[in-house]
Amino acid sequence: MLGTGLLVFREVLEAALIVSIVCAATRGVRGRGLWVGSGIGAGTLGAIVVAFFASAIAAAVSGIGQELFNATILLAAVAMIGWHAIWMASHGRELAMEMKGVGSAVQAGSRPLSALLIVVAIAVLREGSEVVLFLYGQAASGASVVEIAGGIAFGIVCGVAVGFLLYFGLLRIPMRHFFSATNWLMLLLAAGLASQAARFLIQADVLPALGNRIWDSSAILSDHSLIGQALHTLIGYDARPAGMQLLFYAVTACAIALGMKLWGHAQGPSTRSSAA
Amino acid sequence: MIAAKNSKSGALLAIGLVLAGSTAWAEDYDAKLVIRDHKFEPVELTVPAGQKIKLLVDNQDATPEEFESNELNREKIVTGKGTITVFLGPLDAGRYPFFGDFHQETAQGVLIVK
Repeated sequence: MLGTGLLVFREVLEAALIVSIVCAATRGVRGRGLWVGSGIGAGTLGAIVVAFFASAIAAAVSGIGQELFNATILLAAVAMIGWHAIWMASHGRELAMEMKGVGSAVQAGSRPLSALLIVVAIAVLREGSEVVLFLYGQAASGASVVEIAGGIAFGIVCGVAVGFLLYFGLLRIPMRHFFSATNWLMLLLAAGLASQAARFLIQADVLPALGNRIWDSSAILSDHSLIGQALHTLIGYDARPAGMQLLFYAVTACAIALGMKLWGHAQGPSTRSSAA
Repeated sequence: MIAAKNSKSGALLAIGLVLAGSTAWAEDYDAKLVIRDHKFEPVELTVPAGQKIKLLVDNQDATPEEFESNELNREKIVTGKGTITVFLGPLDAGRYPFFGDFHQETAQGVLIVK
Protein backbone atom coordinates (compact mmCIF):
# COMPACT_ATOMS: atom_id res chain seq x y z
CA MET A 1 0.00 0.00 0.00
CA LEU A 2 2.91 2.33 0.75
CA GLY A 3 4.31 1.89 -2.76
CA THR A 4 0.91 2.63 -4.29
CA GLY A 5 0.47 5.62 -2.00
CA LEU A 6 3.88 7.03 -2.83
CA LEU A 7 3.33 6.87 -6.57
CA VAL A 8 -0.09 8.50 -6.25
CA PHE A 9 1.46 11.12 -3.96
CA ARG A 10 4.18 12.03 -6.47
CA GLU A 11 1.64 12.57 -9.23
CA VAL A 12 -0.88 14.41 -7.02
CA LEU A 13 1.91 16.63 -5.69
CA GLU A 14 2.77 17.99 -9.14
CA ALA A 15 -0.84 18.86 -9.90
CA ALA A 16 -1.41 20.24 -6.37
CA LEU A 17 1.55 22.63 -6.61
CA ILE A 18 0.26 24.06 -9.88
CA VAL A 19 -3.27 24.39 -8.46
CA SER A 20 -1.81 26.20 -5.42
CA ILE A 21 -0.07 28.79 -7.56
CA VAL A 22 -3.25 29.31 -9.57
CA CYS A 23 -5.24 29.70 -6.34
CA ALA A 24 -2.76 32.24 -5.03
CA ALA A 25 -2.80 34.16 -8.31
CA THR A 26 -6.60 34.33 -8.19
CA ARG A 27 -6.68 35.50 -4.60
CA GLY A 28 -9.74 37.59 -3.86
CA VAL A 29 -11.51 36.76 -7.12
CA ARG A 30 -15.18 36.07 -6.53
CA GLY A 31 -16.17 32.55 -7.57
CA ARG A 32 -12.61 31.38 -8.16
CA GLY A 33 -13.36 28.20 -6.19
CA LEU A 34 -15.85 27.28 -8.89
CA TRP A 35 -13.29 27.94 -11.63
CA VAL A 36 -10.55 25.93 -9.94
CA GLY A 37 -13.01 23.18 -8.97
CA SER A 38 -14.25 22.96 -12.56
CA GLY A 39 -10.65 22.70 -13.74
CA ILE A 40 -9.95 19.84 -11.34
CA GLY A 41 -13.18 18.11 -12.35
CA ALA A 42 -12.51 18.48 -16.07
CA GLY A 43 -8.93 17.30 -15.57
CA THR A 44 -10.03 14.21 -13.67
CA LEU A 45 -12.55 13.27 -16.36
CA GLY A 46 -9.91 13.95 -19.00
CA ALA A 47 -7.40 11.76 -17.15
CA ILE A 48 -9.77 8.79 -17.26
CA VAL A 49 -10.51 9.32 -20.96
CA VAL A 50 -6.79 9.70 -21.80
CA ALA A 51 -5.89 6.58 -19.79
CA PHE A 52 -8.63 4.66 -21.59
CA PHE A 53 -7.27 5.70 -24.97
CA ALA A 54 -3.60 5.38 -23.92
CA SER A 55 -2.89 2.61 -26.44
CA ALA A 56 -4.46 4.53 -29.30
CA ILE A 57 -2.63 7.74 -28.35
CA ALA A 58 0.71 5.91 -28.03
CA ALA A 59 0.30 4.23 -31.42
CA ALA A 60 -0.75 7.43 -33.21
CA VAL A 61 1.59 9.32 -35.54
CA SER A 62 3.84 6.28 -35.98
CA GLY A 63 4.54 5.79 -32.29
CA ILE A 64 5.20 9.33 -31.13
CA GLY A 65 1.57 10.20 -30.32
CA GLN A 66 2.21 10.16 -26.57
CA GLU A 67 5.03 12.71 -26.83
CA LEU A 68 3.13 14.93 -29.27
CA PHE A 69 0.04 14.83 -27.07
CA ASN A 70 2.03 15.74 -23.95
CA ALA A 71 4.00 18.47 -25.69
CA THR A 72 0.82 19.95 -27.18
CA ILE A 73 -1.11 20.19 -23.93
CA LEU A 74 1.98 21.48 -22.10
CA LEU A 75 2.44 24.23 -24.67
CA ALA A 76 -1.29 25.01 -24.47
CA ALA A 77 -0.85 25.49 -20.71
CA VAL A 78 2.18 27.71 -21.37
CA ALA A 79 0.11 29.90 -23.70
CA MET A 80 -2.71 30.17 -21.15
CA ILE A 81 -0.33 31.12 -18.33
CA GLY A 82 1.41 33.63 -20.57
CA TRP A 83 -1.88 35.25 -21.53
CA HIS A 84 -2.98 35.48 -17.90
CA ALA A 85 0.39 36.74 -16.65
CA ILE A 86 0.45 39.52 -19.24
CA TRP A 87 -3.15 40.45 -18.43
CA MET A 88 -2.29 40.56 -14.74
CA ALA A 89 0.78 42.72 -15.37
CA SER A 90 -1.48 45.34 -16.89
CA HIS A 91 -4.23 45.10 -14.24
CA GLY A 92 -2.49 43.74 -11.14
CA ARG A 93 -1.84 47.13 -9.58
CA GLU A 94 -5.51 48.11 -9.77
CA LEU A 95 -6.43 44.72 -8.31
CA ALA A 96 -4.05 45.11 -5.37
CA MET A 97 -5.27 48.65 -4.72
CA GLU A 98 -8.89 47.59 -4.87
CA MET A 99 -8.24 44.69 -2.50
CA LYS A 100 -6.44 46.87 0.00
CA GLY A 101 -9.14 49.51 -0.18
CA VAL A 102 -12.20 47.32 0.00
CA GLY A 103 -10.61 44.35 1.74
CA SER A 104 -13.03 42.00 0.04
CA ALA A 105 -13.59 40.21 -3.21
CA VAL A 106 -12.76 41.87 -6.48
CA GLN A 107 -14.89 41.36 -9.53
CA ALA A 108 -13.19 39.18 -12.11
CA GLY A 109 -14.14 41.57 -14.89
CA SER A 110 -12.47 40.67 -18.17
CA ARG A 111 -9.82 38.62 -16.43
CA PRO A 112 -9.10 35.44 -18.40
CA LEU A 113 -10.04 32.96 -15.66
CA SER A 114 -10.93 30.39 -18.31
CA ALA A 115 -7.22 30.34 -19.16
CA LEU A 116 -6.42 29.28 -15.60
CA LEU A 117 -9.23 26.71 -15.62
CA ILE A 118 -7.48 25.14 -18.62
CA VAL A 119 -4.10 25.23 -16.83
CA VAL A 120 -5.57 23.43 -13.80
CA ALA A 121 -7.38 20.92 -16.00
CA ILE A 122 -4.20 20.14 -17.95
CA ALA A 123 -2.13 19.70 -14.77
CA VAL A 124 -4.69 17.29 -13.31
CA LEU A 125 -5.15 15.47 -16.62
CA ARG A 126 -1.43 14.83 -17.13
CA GLU A 127 -0.70 13.51 -13.67
CA GLY A 128 -4.12 11.88 -13.28
CA SER A 129 -3.87 9.77 -16.41
CA GLU A 130 -0.64 8.22 -15.09
CA VAL A 131 -2.34 7.46 -11.79
CA VAL A 132 -5.29 5.85 -13.56
CA LEU A 133 -3.03 3.64 -15.69
CA PHE A 134 -0.94 2.67 -12.69
CA LEU A 135 -3.97 1.80 -10.56
CA TYR A 136 -5.52 -0.12 -13.44
CA GLY A 137 -2.33 -2.18 -13.58
CA GLN A 138 -2.38 -2.71 -9.83
CA ALA A 139 -6.00 -3.84 -9.94
CA ALA A 140 -5.32 -6.15 -12.89
CA SER A 141 -2.41 -7.77 -11.02
CA GLY A 142 -4.73 -8.60 -8.15
CA ALA A 143 -4.09 -5.81 -5.65
CA SER A 144 -6.88 -5.63 -3.10
CA VAL A 145 -9.47 -2.86 -3.03
CA VAL A 146 -8.19 -1.85 0.43
CA GLU A 147 -4.66 -1.50 -0.91
CA ILE A 148 -5.72 0.59 -3.88
CA ALA A 149 -8.20 2.77 -1.98
CA GLY A 150 -5.68 3.24 0.83
CA GLY A 151 -3.00 4.21 -1.65
CA ILE A 152 -5.27 6.74 -3.36
CA ALA A 153 -6.32 8.24 -0.03
CA PHE A 154 -2.73 8.47 1.24
CA GLY A 155 -1.45 10.00 -1.99
CA ILE A 156 -4.22 12.55 -2.34
CA VAL A 157 -4.22 13.61 1.32
CA CYS A 158 -0.43 14.09 1.42
CA GLY A 159 -0.22 15.73 -2.02
CA VAL A 160 -3.04 18.17 -1.28
CA ALA A 161 -1.51 18.93 2.14
CA VAL A 162 1.75 20.04 0.51
CA GLY A 163 -0.29 22.12 -1.94
CA PHE A 164 -2.03 23.88 0.96
CA LEU A 165 1.33 24.51 2.64
CA LEU A 166 2.57 26.26 -0.48
CA TYR A 167 -0.68 28.22 -0.82
CA PHE A 168 -0.65 29.53 2.74
CA GLY A 169 3.06 30.25 2.45
CA LEU A 170 2.37 32.39 -0.61
CA LEU A 171 -0.40 34.25 1.21
CA ARG A 172 2.23 35.58 3.61
CA ILE A 173 3.73 37.68 0.84
CA PRO A 174 2.80 41.33 1.56
CA MET A 175 -0.14 42.53 -0.51
CA ARG A 176 1.98 45.27 -2.10
CA HIS A 177 4.15 42.66 -3.80
CA PHE A 178 1.64 39.83 -3.91
CA PHE A 179 0.42 39.93 -7.52
CA SER A 180 3.81 40.70 -8.98
CA ALA A 181 5.22 37.76 -6.96
CA THR A 182 2.54 35.33 -8.12
CA ASN A 183 2.96 36.63 -11.65
CA TRP A 184 6.68 35.89 -11.64
CA LEU A 185 5.90 32.44 -10.21
CA MET A 186 3.49 31.87 -13.08
CA LEU A 187 6.21 32.95 -15.51
CA LEU A 188 8.68 30.41 -14.09
CA LEU A 189 5.97 27.75 -14.07
CA ALA A 190 5.27 28.40 -17.76
CA ALA A 191 8.98 28.32 -18.63
CA GLY A 192 9.33 24.99 -16.81
CA LEU A 193 6.34 23.50 -18.64
CA ALA A 194 7.83 24.66 -21.95
CA SER A 195 11.08 22.90 -21.03
CA GLN A 196 9.12 19.70 -20.33
CA ALA A 197 7.41 20.03 -23.71
CA ALA A 198 10.83 20.32 -25.35
CA ARG A 199 11.96 17.16 -23.57
CA PHE A 200 9.03 15.22 -25.03
CA LEU A 201 9.78 16.54 -28.52
CA ILE A 202 13.43 15.47 -28.14
CA GLN A 203 12.34 12.04 -26.91
CA ALA A 204 10.17 11.70 -30.02
CA ASP A 205 13.08 12.81 -32.22
CA VAL A 206 10.99 15.72 -33.53
CA LEU A 207 13.51 18.27 -32.28
CA PRO A 208 17.30 17.95 -31.89
CA ALA A 209 18.56 17.85 -28.29
CA LEU A 210 21.21 20.57 -28.88
CA GLY A 211 23.38 18.79 -26.37
CA ASN A 212 21.96 15.89 -24.36
CA ARG A 213 23.15 16.94 -20.97
CA ILE A 214 24.26 20.53 -20.61
CA TRP A 215 24.97 19.99 -16.94
CA ASP A 216 24.43 17.31 -14.31
CA SER A 217 23.41 18.64 -10.92
CA SER A 218 21.84 15.35 -9.78
CA ALA A 219 24.52 14.93 -7.12
CA ILE A 220 23.39 18.21 -5.52
CA LEU A 221 19.66 17.90 -6.11
CA SER A 222 18.18 14.79 -7.71
CA ASP A 223 15.07 15.03 -9.90
CA HIS A 224 13.64 12.19 -7.91
CA SER A 225 13.97 13.75 -4.47
CA LEU A 226 10.91 15.47 -3.04
CA ILE A 227 12.44 18.94 -3.28
CA GLY A 228 13.85 18.25 -6.73
CA GLN A 229 10.46 17.14 -7.93
CA ALA A 230 8.68 20.12 -6.38
CA LEU A 231 11.16 22.50 -7.99
CA HIS A 232 10.80 20.60 -11.25
CA THR A 233 7.09 21.42 -11.23
CA LEU A 234 7.37 24.95 -9.86
CA ILE A 235 10.32 26.42 -11.75
CA GLY A 236 11.21 23.67 -14.23
CA TYR A 237 14.28 22.38 -12.39
CA ASP A 238 15.97 19.60 -14.32
CA ALA A 239 19.12 17.89 -13.05
CA ARG A 240 20.20 16.95 -16.58
CA PRO A 241 18.66 19.32 -19.09
CA ALA A 242 19.16 19.17 -22.83
CA GLY A 243 20.12 22.32 -24.74
CA MET A 244 16.73 22.50 -26.44
CA GLN A 245 15.02 22.49 -23.04
CA LEU A 246 17.06 25.49 -21.97
CA LEU A 247 16.21 27.24 -25.22
CA PHE A 248 12.47 26.66 -24.68
CA TYR A 249 12.83 27.79 -21.06
CA ALA A 250 14.66 31.00 -21.92
CA VAL A 251 12.43 31.90 -24.88
CA THR A 252 9.23 31.36 -22.85
CA ALA A 253 10.52 33.31 -19.85
CA CYS A 254 11.73 36.18 -22.05
CA ALA A 255 8.55 36.29 -24.14
CA ILE A 256 6.26 36.46 -21.09
CA ALA A 257 8.55 38.95 -19.29
CA LEU A 258 8.62 41.12 -22.40
CA GLY A 259 4.84 40.94 -22.72
CA MET A 260 4.45 41.87 -19.05
CA LYS A 261 6.80 44.84 -19.50
CA LEU A 262 5.17 46.08 -22.71
CA TRP A 263 1.53 45.79 -21.66
CA GLY A 264 2.26 46.47 -18.03
CA HIS A 265 3.64 49.87 -19.00
CA ALA A 266 1.05 50.60 -21.66
CA GLN A 267 -1.74 50.36 -19.08
CA GLY A 268 0.45 51.22 -16.15
CA PRO A 269 0.72 54.23 -13.87
CA SER A 270 -0.99 57.37 -15.09
CA THR A 271 2.00 59.40 -13.88
CA ARG A 272 3.84 58.28 -16.96
CA SER A 273 1.26 59.64 -19.41
CA SER A 274 0.77 62.87 -17.47
CA ALA A 275 4.53 63.46 -17.40
CA ALA A 276 4.77 63.03 -21.16
CA MET B 1 17.62 38.27 -10.70
CA ILE B 2 15.54 36.99 -13.57
CA ALA B 3 17.75 38.75 -16.08
CA ALA B 4 20.80 37.08 -14.56
CA LYS B 5 19.10 33.72 -14.81
CA ASN B 6 18.30 34.30 -18.46
CA SER B 7 21.78 35.40 -19.42
CA LYS B 8 23.14 32.32 -17.68
CA SER B 9 20.72 30.11 -19.63
CA GLY B 10 21.81 31.92 -22.75
CA ALA B 11 25.46 31.15 -22.11
CA LEU B 12 24.66 27.52 -21.41
CA LEU B 13 22.58 27.41 -24.53
CA ALA B 14 25.51 28.64 -26.59
CA ILE B 15 27.59 25.80 -25.16
CA GLY B 16 24.76 23.43 -26.06
CA LEU B 17 24.74 24.62 -29.66
CA VAL B 18 28.49 24.02 -29.93
CA LEU B 19 28.10 20.52 -28.50
CA ALA B 20 25.30 19.74 -30.91
CA GLY B 21 27.29 21.08 -33.81
CA SER B 22 30.24 18.83 -33.03
CA THR B 23 28.10 15.70 -33.10
CA ALA B 24 28.04 14.21 -36.55
CA TRP B 25 24.70 12.87 -37.81
CA ALA B 26 24.79 9.11 -38.03
CA GLU B 27 22.37 6.24 -38.53
CA ASP B 28 20.22 5.41 -35.50
CA TYR B 29 21.30 2.32 -33.59
CA ASP B 30 18.38 -0.04 -32.94
CA ALA B 31 18.12 -1.56 -29.47
CA LYS B 32 15.35 -3.58 -27.85
CA LEU B 33 14.08 -4.22 -24.35
CA VAL B 34 11.35 -6.63 -23.33
CA ILE B 35 9.23 -6.29 -20.20
CA ARG B 36 8.02 -9.62 -18.84
CA ASP B 37 6.67 -10.31 -15.35
CA HIS B 38 7.51 -6.69 -14.46
CA LYS B 39 11.20 -7.24 -15.25
CA PHE B 40 13.39 -5.96 -18.05
CA GLU B 41 15.09 -8.38 -20.45
CA PRO B 42 18.00 -8.00 -20.80
CA VAL B 43 18.71 -6.39 -17.44
CA GLU B 44 21.89 -4.91 -18.92
CA LEU B 45 21.63 -3.58 -22.44
CA THR B 46 24.83 -2.55 -24.23
CA VAL B 47 24.77 0.12 -26.93
CA PRO B 48 27.48 2.11 -28.73
CA ALA B 49 28.59 5.56 -27.58
CA GLY B 50 28.31 8.63 -29.78
CA GLN B 51 25.37 7.35 -31.79
CA LYS B 52 21.67 8.13 -31.60
CA ILE B 53 19.77 5.12 -30.25
CA LYS B 54 16.28 4.06 -31.19
CA LEU B 55 15.14 1.98 -28.24
CA LEU B 56 12.13 -0.27 -28.68
CA VAL B 57 10.42 -1.33 -25.45
CA ASP B 58 8.10 -4.30 -25.84
CA ASN B 59 5.77 -4.83 -22.89
CA GLN B 60 4.62 -8.44 -22.91
CA ASP B 61 2.74 -8.06 -19.63
CA ALA B 62 -0.96 -7.34 -19.66
CA THR B 63 -0.50 -4.35 -17.35
CA PRO B 64 0.85 -0.91 -18.22
CA GLU B 65 4.36 0.21 -17.29
CA GLU B 66 6.24 3.47 -17.45
CA PHE B 67 9.75 3.29 -18.85
CA GLU B 68 11.68 5.90 -16.92
CA SER B 69 15.26 6.97 -16.39
CA ASN B 70 16.58 9.96 -14.49
CA GLU B 71 20.03 9.48 -16.00
CA LEU B 72 18.65 9.44 -19.53
CA ASN B 73 15.99 12.07 -18.77
CA ARG B 74 13.26 9.96 -20.32
CA GLU B 75 9.78 8.77 -19.35
CA LYS B 76 7.18 7.08 -21.47
CA ILE B 77 4.16 4.93 -20.75
CA VAL B 78 3.94 1.47 -22.34
CA THR B 79 0.45 0.05 -22.23
CA GLY B 80 -0.16 -3.64 -21.54
CA LYS B 81 0.94 -5.75 -24.54
CA GLY B 82 2.13 -2.55 -26.16
CA THR B 83 5.43 -1.35 -27.60
CA ILE B 84 7.00 2.09 -27.59
CA THR B 85 9.98 3.73 -29.22
CA VAL B 86 12.23 6.06 -27.25
CA PHE B 87 15.04 8.03 -28.88
CA LEU B 88 18.23 8.43 -26.85
CA GLY B 89 21.58 10.09 -27.21
CA PRO B 90 24.07 10.26 -28.78
CA LEU B 91 25.40 9.25 -25.35
CA ASP B 92 28.82 9.31 -23.71
CA ALA B 93 30.23 6.01 -22.46
CA GLY B 94 28.91 5.06 -19.04
CA ARG B 95 26.12 3.33 -17.15
CA TYR B 96 22.60 4.71 -17.35
CA PRO B 97 20.12 3.00 -15.00
CA PHE B 98 16.46 2.85 -16.00
CA PHE B 99 13.37 1.47 -14.29
CA GLY B 100 9.69 0.74 -14.61
CA ASP B 101 7.98 3.40 -12.57
CA PHE B 102 4.92 1.25 -11.90
CA HIS B 103 6.91 -1.75 -10.60
CA GLN B 104 10.11 -0.32 -9.20
CA GLU B 105 10.82 -3.29 -6.90
CA THR B 106 11.46 -5.60 -9.86
CA ALA B 107 11.64 -3.52 -13.05
CA GLN B 108 15.26 -2.27 -12.91
CA GLY B 109 17.87 -2.25 -15.64
CA VAL B 110 20.98 -0.51 -16.89
CA LEU B 111 21.92 0.82 -20.29
CA ILE B 112 25.65 0.30 -20.77
CA VAL B 113 27.14 2.66 -23.30
CA LYS B 114 30.57 1.67 -24.68
